Amino acid sequence: MLEIKNLHAAVDGTEILKGLSLEINAGETHAIMGPNGSGKSTLSYVLAGRDGYKVTKGEILYKGQNLLDLSPEERAGNGVFLAFQYPVEIPGVANTIFLKEALNAVRRHRGEEELDAMAVLKVVREKTKELGISEDMLKRAVNVGFSGGEKKRNEVLQMAVLNPSLAILDETDSGLDIDALKIVADGVNALRAPDRATLVITHYQRLLDHIVPDKVHVLAKGRIQRSGGKALALELEKNGYAEFAEAAA
Amino acid sequence: MSQKINPVENFVSGFEAIRATLAGNDLPWLDSLRRSGIGQFEDIGLPGPKVESWKYTRLRPLEDTTFRPVILADREAYIDQVPTVLPSSSGCPRIVFVNGFMRSDLSCLDNLPEGVTVESLGAAVARDSEWVETHLGRIGRLEGQPLVALNTAMMNSGVVVHVQRGVVVEQPIQMIFIAGLTEEPVACYPRNLIVMEEASQATLVKLHAGLGVSAYLANAVTEVEVGDAAILRHYRVQSENIQATHLGSLHVRIGQDATYDGFGLHIGGRLSRTEVFARLEGEGGHCALNGAYLMKGREHCDNTTVIEHVVPHTTCSEVFKGILDDESRGVFQGRIVVHKDAQGTDGHQSSNVLLLSDKAEMDAKPELEIYADDVKCSHGATTGQLDETALFYLRSRGIPEALARNLLIQSFVAGALDEIKVDTVREAMMSKVVHWLPAKCFLAEEWTEE
Repeated sequence: MLEIKNLHAAVDGTEILKGLSLEINAGETHAIMGPNGSGKSTLSYVLAGRDGYKVTKGEILYKGQNLLDLSPEERAGNGVFLAFQYPVEIPGVANTIFLKEALNAVRRHRGEEELDAMAVLKVVREKTKELGISEDMLKRAVNVGFSGGEKKRNEVLQMAVLNPSLAILDETDSGLDIDALKIVADGVNALRAPDRATLVITHYQRLLDHIVPDKVHVLAKGRIQRSGGKALALELEKNGYAEFAEAAA
Repeated sequence: MSQKINPVENFVSGFEAIRATLAGNDLPWLDSLRRSGIGQFEDIGLPGPKVESWKYTRLRPLEDTTFRPVILADREAYIDQVPTVLPSSSGCPRIVFVNGFMRSDLSCLDNLPEGVTVESLGAAVARDSEWVETHLGRIGRLEGQPLVALNTAMMNSGVVVHVQRGVVVEQPIQMIFIAGLTEEPVACYPRNLIVMEEASQATLVKLHAGLGVSAYLANAVTEVEVGDAAILRHYRVQSENIQATHLGSLHVRIGQDATYDGFGLHIGGRLSRTEVFARLEGEGGHCALNGAYLMKGREHCDNTTVIEHVVPHTTCSEVFKGILDDESRGVFQGRIVVHKDAQGTDGHQSSNVLLLSDKAEMDAKPELEIYADDVKCSHGATTGQLDETALFYLRSRGIPEALARNLLIQSFVAGALDEIKVDTVREAMMSKVVHWLPAKCFLAEEWTEE
């Protein structure tokens, strides 16, 4: 599904990722853990195609295709989804309108017929129910006045509606209380399927109690320092990242 | 090569040429009002860059083009479809003018409720000259206002709205001014008079629409009297053509516990300037002056407002949002004056602008002039660009960049349009904004409940 080979990426001329390699197969869930400043968010933005994140070396193959050639909207159309660490507020645009335009843009890209407002609403309502999200959130402007938990739930709702092949969750647990964390994790788990892959990026282990990964990678100093099973996450929780900070120095 | 002309002389000789044909020219009071108008205009001349409030707006089209006053024949321009703000299906009453003259065949004033009159200035003068005399020229003063003076001399059309005491008009009334489609540059001078008696309520929707590409000048003056406890919602759209010069001024007097709720959407015109002078003269009065402007090409749009708090305990609020693309230019000058006795004044003003191009330019000048000590006044002005993070957020959801930009522009402008209290008008204005946008964009659809 996703193959990252020797990725080097810079922001404002400063190299953040320094030879990162990673492979995720369909049906798998991987977690990337690492200290602040290790390049976790940079990786998620590079995958989603944000301007200003310059790949200087290496490549990323997604479903065998060069991902870096594609614009952010093309990536989304091809099934890449990034759940933002800080979802953006868009005043004056109702959540429903946003979801309809996003869904139809993605459907157009996939050669599927566009859905009318009623059909979209039906899909959205179904997902809202499944995720235990209040319908009130649909009528409000995108993320405006949402609590931290509501914003993250809205991300998961968008993910459920757009039905991606590769979901990247960037610090989805930050700012969530335990109840909200469970709802978000349930939503992510509900999307796990043999033809999908998930990449969970997190600083803390606690999210991984709820979204149990197949593999855990430690990212520090711009590279994967170590990979292992889910036990690695528990070890990190106990010992912290100090070991990796030194090893990479 | 542009030839050197003397615009003031031209306007004055234009006045002499048409004076005998102007509505109510046989009435001594009106004739003398017109003469004092042209006299004032001749004395002051056109406002130039040396006048502080005209620092950012030059009246170049008036310096290099001779505009002849419109004549009756100009109203016969062929109108395929009447431009409106609210759809014709809404059945709202409307009064339509083409190149300065009323067109009864396009107007529809049958459904007006009792206690409301909507008629052309000429008709009002012919019907009740005495009533018009007691109101016309009382709020829009000539002194130091050359463009008001010019309009006062030339005024030949416009709408007189009179809502009697206690009358509440439910349906919005549309005032539509269509211009353009003339062979040579023309000037029209609509003069509107709106009198809301005590405890009356109404919604007026005014549209200036330009057709074709011929140059013209619209020099409009509107005088508004909002009586005690009356409410006027006054929503305006300026959609002049690409060669048009639109110079509008609005003069409002607001009584005790009365509300004037004004909104102006500007989406056209080579050069437009809208001046609003509002005076809060009774305690408990409220004045809202909001607006949005979307400019492209080399269009220039100037919004200049002066709100005067004359007595204690009055409030005002201003929300302006601007979108400037290409080499367009925006000007916002907002002055709030709190007189010495106006304790307990509450006033807020904001001006926010998005520049979509490096060559677009914005000049914002907020001014608070406060002579009382117990007041709450604030202002804020920002000029910025589209939020790159928000743009990326939308694109990461599959929305193509052009569409994402449009959505963010719409979202920005909605911040001002949300101030419009009447849903049908707000939606109609949003649809005008959407049509302005460069590519296919979102229409705010109705989400019908199951």
